[in-house]
Amino acid sequence: MSVREESSAITAAGKPVSRFGARNWAGIVVVLVLAALPLFLANFTIFQLTMMLIYAIAILGLNLLTGINGQFSLGHGAFYAIGAYTAAILMEDAGLAYGWTLPAAGIVCFLSGFLFGLPALRLEGIYLALATFGLAVAMPQFLKLSVIEPWTGGVQGIVITKPDAPFGLPLSQDQWLYYFTLVVGLLLYWFAVNLVSSRSGRALMAIRDNPLAARAMGVNNALYKSLAFGVSAAFTGIAGALGAIVVQFVAPDSFTFFLSVALFVGLVVGGVGWLPGALVGGAFVVFVPNVAEHFNKALAGAVYGVILILLIYLMPTGAGGLVRKVADFIGRRMKSRPDR
Amino acid sequence: MTRTNSRLAILGVLAAATALTVVAASADETTGITDKTIKIGNIMPYSGPASAYSQIAKTDAAYMKMLNDNGGVCGRQIEFISYDDGYSPPKTVEQARKLVESDQVALIFNSLGTGTNTAIQKYMNAKKTPQLFVATGASKFGDPEHFPWTMGWQPDYVSEGKIYARYLLKNMPDAKIAVLYQNDDYGKDYLAGLKAGLGDKASMIVAEQPYETSDPTVDSQMVNLKGSGADVFFNVATPKFAAQAIKKAAELGWKPAQLLNSVSNSVGAVLKPAGFEASKGVISALYLKDSQDPQWKDDEGMKKWNAFMDKYYPDGDKNSSFTVYGYSVSQTLEKVLEGACDDFTHSGIMKSAANMKNVDLDLTPPGIQVNTSATDFYPLQDMQLIKFDGERWQPFGEVVSGADTQ
Repeated sequence: MSVREESSAITAAGKPVSRFGARNWAGIVVVLVLAALPLFLANFTIFQLTMMLIYAIAILGLNLLTGINGQFSLGHGAFYAIGAYTAAILMEDAGLAYGWTLPAAGIVCFLSGFLFGLPALRLEGIYLALATFGLAVAMPQFLKLSVIEPWTGGVQGIVITKPDAPFGLPLSQDQWLYYFTLVVGLLLYWFAVNLVSSRSGRALMAIRDNPLAARAMGVNNALYKSLAFGVSAAFTGIAGALGAIVVQFVAPDSFTFFLSVALFVGLVVGGVGWLPGALVGGAFVVFVPNVAEHFNKALAGAVYGVILILLIYLMPTGAGGLVRKVADFIGRRMKSRPDR
Repeated sequence: MTRTNSRLAILGVLAAATALTVVAASADETTGITDKTIKIGNIMPYSGPASAYSQIAKTDAAYMKMLNDNGGVCGRQIEFISYDDGYSPPKTVEQARKLVESDQVALIFNSLGTGTNTAIQKYMNAKKTPQLFVATGASKFGDPEHFPWTMGWQPDYVSEGKIYARYLLKNMPDAKIAVLYQNDDYGKDYLAGLKAGLGDKASMIVAEQPYETSDPTVDSQMVNLKGSGADVFFNVATPKFAAQAIKKAAELGWKPAQLLNSVSNSVGAVLKPAGFEASKGVISALYLKDSQDPQWKDDEGMKKWNAFMDKYYPDGDKNSSFTVYGYSVSQTLEKVLEGACDDFTHSGIMKSAANMKNVDLDLTPPGIQVNTSATDFYPLQDMQLIKFDGERWQPFGEVVSGADTQ
């Protein structure tokens, strides 16, 4: 399978830190486990895992914006919706093969994100969060507009045909879509890691840490912030396209404001600024509501809230912070002691 | 080192997995059914914006409990599994797959919502697992030709539109009709039904005004409708807007005959805020008895329902139409299952569901019966017309059918 490029992705992931090797190995183990899982699980569970990967990709995009560039967004559900609808319309109306809808969704969302990022440049922090919140609230209504109904199907949405595994591979539809999503996810992760460790990535982080200083050093703040918005939206849009293909259905009800909140929660739980945390966030988005429901159906919302509060208390910096703490702890144990 | 080994192992598992999927694909007709039990799945928004509806599933669950206490159906105990989808279609797909593939239910019963049910319709039909009595009035869930495993239950919006059309043709053949409707599938279904019912006299409609759920009020639409000179006002709005429309008509001094869609015929939520004086004479339709209506005080069916609520769902709200709804739809399922005792399989149950002839329910008013056939997947299509007398709804006239063949 795609182990080869995966491992190289992980190599790139290892930022110049002391425990380079350990990180590398941890990454390979995670990827191997992810690649092996569908072989042992029922189709339904594979479907859930696919959804987890899809949300992880969306959260990865959000993390680039919030964690790396320091801009808040409560509206990424809107870009997810745009990506999903792009894929659905291209597949059902234009008869495009599902694979090609991903770059299309990425480009459409990059442009929408970039354009939205331009006016949003004037907004900082919570004001930007509010503007994006507006985007998320408006999106389901927008999708119902009668002007674009011939394409979007209005409230009825669009039903999509699920693709089979190509080349006669002995995989079920769910297994195939899982591996397809996994490969796309790893490619995007590899891209994100490279972006972060590049010149542009450093510029993005400089803007986050001190916009004035970044500017003094010659960084074009406006351009980079808009680009960050575009790239982030593109990631989320690709996730949306994958989501549409896997769920086989898009409708305005699928992309309510709650989706944006779920992505934001996933980001915080996974760890803001820690890219692999997206996977943890994705798992949280998919599985924790099920766990909450398992405890008590009538109080599912309350149980979910309690779990969230506990998590934030126990690991205030998300899974990323927890991993760092544990790594530090082990590191200190293994080293003799003195330095600190 | 272990690479070749693991590769072999992976290949082996892959082969096994494909073999398994092949077996699973040849859809087992008795999945979820044993000699002693039948597993029934349900999906409902327990959380999220539509969570008020979850009372329906709680009533369903209580009804199944009652059936089990009375010996089950066809000698089988019912195992009722209900999951939360928060009214979000992607989650509905996940929960439906969990029910079908992991819990292995025999059928999914009374799942709620239009988008949510659309999302799983294709899947359920591919799995040849019944998707029975979906809780939505959208007309698209009665399409046996393309979706032979999916069936609605309540009178769909198109049928109800036809009912009003038939009433008008009979009683006010020269009426000029003005329509206010919500600009989505729900509103358009009603409008389509009205037009279909009027047939070649559809020109009786002199004005149509859509509104968006995002509109703050429907005042301007009402002014336009009044200006059309219509003498019949067909109000296809959800409760908040329906109340606004009735109120505005009174304020404008416009006094047409008013038809109110059944979605909004709640006295407490619509007519009271609109004003009882302004609501006097409004006509609507119903297909279930109103638990608060004193005329049913000594009704056998209503007594059974009261006893059921007291024993099996004491926390339930007796004022709510949801508990009446849940009881009635569950009773329909009971009758379908009983009719399938000889052929207790997925297709046997579906056949029984498509073969109901003049079935009476405890809580349908006299004259309203469940009817289906191999080509008619709309169980309830008849409604009783009612008129508001300034205090409560009074039935009048006979039951009107919304079915195509009268």
